[in-house]
Amino acid sequence: MSQEVAVLGVGMHPWGKWGESFVKYGVRAAQDALRDAGLAWNDVDFVAGADTVRNGYPGYVAGATFAQALGWSGAEVVSCYGACASGAQAISVARSRILSGEAKVALVVGADAAPKGFFAPQGGRRPDDPDWLRFYLHGITNPTYFGLWARRRMDLYGATSSDFAKVKVKNARHGLHNPNARYRKEVTEDEVLGSKVVADPLHLLEICATSDGGAALVLTSLDFARKHTTKPVTIPAVSTVTPAFPNTVIEMPNLATDSGASSGPPETPFKASIAKRAYDRAGVGPEDVDVAEVYDLSTALELDWYEDIGLCAPGEAERLIRDGDTTIGGRVPVNPSGGLACFGEAVPAQAIAQVCELTWQLRGQAEGRQIEGAKLGVTANQGLFGHGSSVIVKR
Amino acid sequence: MSEKTTVAAVEGLLVADPSAPRLLGSRCKACGTYYFPAEHTLCRTPTCSSTELESVELSTEGVLWSYTSANYKPPAPFVAKEPFEPFAIAAVTLEREQLTVLGQVVPGVGVDALKTGMAMELTLGTLHEDDEQRYLTWQWKPVGH
Repeated sequence: MSQEVAVLGVGMHPWGKWGESFVKYGVRAAQDALRDAGLAWNDVDFVAGADTVRNGYPGYVAGATFAQALGWSGAEVVSCYGACASGAQAISVARSRILSGEAKVALVVGADAAPKGFFAPQGGRRPDDPDWLRFYLHGITNPTYFGLWARRRMDLYGATSSDFAKVKVKNARHGLHNPNARYRKEVTEDEVLGSKVVADPLHLLEICATSDGGAALVLTSLDFARKHTTKPVTIPAVSTVTPAFPNTVIEMPNLATDSGASSGPPETPFKASIAKRAYDRAGVGPEDVDVAEVYDLSTALELDWYEDIGLCAPGEAERLIRDGDTTIGGRVPVNPSGGLACFGEAVPAQAIAQVCELTWQLRGQAEGRQIEGAKLGVTANQGLFGHGSSVIVKR
Repeated sequence: MSEKTTVAAVEGLLVADPSAPRLLGSRCKACGTYYFPAEHTLCRTPTCSSTELESVELSTEGVLWSYTSANYKPPAPFVAKEPFEPFAIAAVTLEREQLTVLGQVVPGVGVDALKTGMAMELTLGTLHEDDEQRYLTWQWKPVGH
């Protein structure tokens, strides 16, 4: 049996700060995805919602909220929370329902109206919660981890602030013509390096903002899709891996790593295991990738992903950005959408938005940012508390 | 001199004795894996699964894995000093335990004074205080600082 499902429709509500309910963004994205698929809401028999976030935790049960807003239809529903990886979990459940034959048309929706500034935990004294502990005891925010990983690249591989800034310059240029991007403005390396330092060595323009936005997919079986289109984009694999013990690299929101005292470091570090599982499941490898959408929470983190999704060996990512390999027109463009640098983070929508972009790229519909002849793409993303997220998209 | 009593900001993570600062973790009696914060229910090494875990004091010195800074005031529940003063944050790897622990760097030591690989040691500092008590957390400082 084929392990592929078809992406028959994609839709997004533009990212920004719109000051409205996330439900509206999700509904708009869902309607666009259904229109794109040539289907009606009543055709949908399964809804997978990626839960939105209120102060670090799922505040709304998204699947049913979207189903109600679109008009109760008796469709079955699931709601998923995996922090930044919520969308991949929703895609994964919808895909499984279709492969099992239990669903014919699945709608996957994620949307958020994000608070401004640092994400912070809920109120109250909760010393059992690692997310609360790190803020209270040490004032450790998400950018703290981005800064630690960035400095590590500098000291281990000789990365420079200029290398990091180049990632922002590239992504800003990529997103310039993307109608769904929030920030559509070119920036220079000097402007990046001239912005205030938030978490040394990273500057304000190197750390992604928090945004409002929504994204949706219509997933169906291959047989169903072929009745509606000649050559559908498909998803042959989704990875939702957790780390293998011991996870010896410090991860959000923890105050400490696992101990490698008895077992030594793991064979495959967590971040490198995320896309690997998706490649293995799809029977492809990094050498087959034409385009990637990765989670650039910071400029330096995008470089980590180059290595973790196998585009190059550890320590070689700086060469890729310097040589323009990951720029549109280069060997393997990364974040042609403009990435989080141009979008800002709308947590539960983000992993779904990555698949929207790859679908447009593989269909040849990414106006102003098209990668010619792209046939296979990979997404990579990671959610707080140990949620891997990677999707292979091909045509 | 302050008449205030000093207490750990969160119970069970550290010994609130400024003359001998220590972090409190646990160790699996079967396989020797360490945990911080302490784990007492089940050893999380998948091939071990022992329920025999003992409380231990962690090494007080380690090697700087990486470092960064907080240049903007972190949100609550962090209690920031007013006016806010930026501080450095270190990730220090303890050799015996083979685990890395985050923590603020002592006031007065900024990122310019830090370098990956340098030796660091544990100390205690005041996180915040009220009328009766000073609440302590652990901090890192370069050895000999």
